[in-house]
Amino acid sequence: MNLLFGRTISLQFRLTVAVILSILLILGDRYTSGGTVLRTSLHTLVSPLLYFANVPYEVLSLGARSLQTRDQLLDENQALREKQLLQSEQLQQLQFLQKENQELRALLNASSREKSSRLIGQVLSVHSNRYSHQVVINRGTIDGLQVGQAVIDELGIVGQVTHTGTTTSRVLLVTDTTHATPVRILRNDVRTVVEGMGKLNQLTLSHVPHSLDVRIGDVLVTSGLGGTFPEGYPVAVVTSIDRDESVPFAKVYAEPIAQLDRVRLLVVLGKQSLENRND
Amino acid sequence: MIKRHYLLICFSLFLALVMALMPLPLSTDIFRPDWVLLVLMYWSLALPHRVNIGWAWVTGLIIDLATGSPLGVNSLCYSICIYITVSNFQKIRNFSIWQQAVLVGLFLALYHLLQFWLNHFLLDIYFNPEYLWPALTGMFCWPWIFLLLRKYRRQFRIR
Repeated sequence: MNLLFGRTISLQFRLTVAVILSILLILGDRYTSGGTVLRTSLHTLVSPLLYFANVPYEVLSLGARSLQTRDQLLDENQALREKQLLQSEQLQQLQFLQKENQELRALLNASSREKSSRLIGQVLSVHSNRYSHQVVINRGTIDGLQVGQAVIDELGIVGQVTHTGTTTSRVLLVTDTTHATPVRILRNDVRTVVEGMGKLNQLTLSHVPHSLDVRIGDVLVTSGLGGTFPEGYPVAVVTSIDRDESVPFAKVYAEPIAQLDRVRLLVVLGKQSLENRND
Repeated sequence: MIKRHYLLICFSLFLALVMALMPLPLSTDIFRPDWVLLVLMYWSLALPHRVNIGWAWVTGLIIDLATGSPLGVNSLCYSICIYITVSNFQKIRNFSIWQQAVLVGLFLALYHLLQFWLNHFLLDIYFNPEYLWPALTGMFCWPWIFLLLRKYRRQFRIR
């Protein structure tokens, strides 16, 4: 090596090229969206890295699980059995109600609600960009995932798929600053939009007039507008309302229902229902 | 022979990437040092004719993809930081290890401010002094990384 007489390309030139390429990338990423082939293949490229980084966590949780005592397992089993019994009782009613609802909808000539496919995914514990709220799940395009699918946990809406690779996908949580969810208030069907603030336990309702009928404890469910989230899944509960008449809109905050800080198993809802409804 | 050197450098970067992606408890996550940038900085000071802006750009892109930040942000910040270290490598090499650590801390702070600033435009976030913790922890990690990687470089005669 001979550094005194450089025969290689100058550093300044390299930096200029790097900066121009980066700016092109940033602009390209910002102003295009969706699951293009290039994006999918780039995300596929880093999937092995994500799986590899997840290994220590898996090993630790496996160790913790194998150390559980028999009594603990029996207790858990008992609790789950009771829960299942209660839920199966509700399920019996659900089938009857679903049928009744279908008949009533037919009588009203309203379009019937389609069933959509579901897919269970597991969250990979890897560190994500700390300026945004995202998780990586172990499902990708080979499982039929597409950008824009809704993701829920056992309690409510978690977020939506924003990037897909062949074996991993990225889910943007509802609490991210760039995420907004169209909702309606369960009590009185008033429509509004709930936005993330970058805090895991707080959402805000945007542009709420002072006269809007909203109370603390109101449940917000997805309204089905916007096309991403199917109708009727719980999103958040209103926690505080500040009606200061000196500002144009009331400040309404809500807490997400899904347990976003401890997501582990998630359900990805299929997009079929939407396409059918458009027909 | 040359290929072996690149493989060994790649391996150290791969370990740094895994450490950067490994889950940490929420309470310690804000202190996570930027392992990848520290390792890149070491190589750019030790072998500036091998590891420089091209490596920084590609590694930054991998970090962008793996952590889901807007593509290009980390490539840009890494390239600028590595440009500074590579263009001053002869000066920086002559400093004692703790002086180097302070300088590295400054570069890391620059990296975090640049990254914040770009994300501020792209993701609409606001500044939080917490974002600068990794610069401080990275500063205290530098001497250990420096000694470890020097051992690694001498052991395998990477030149």
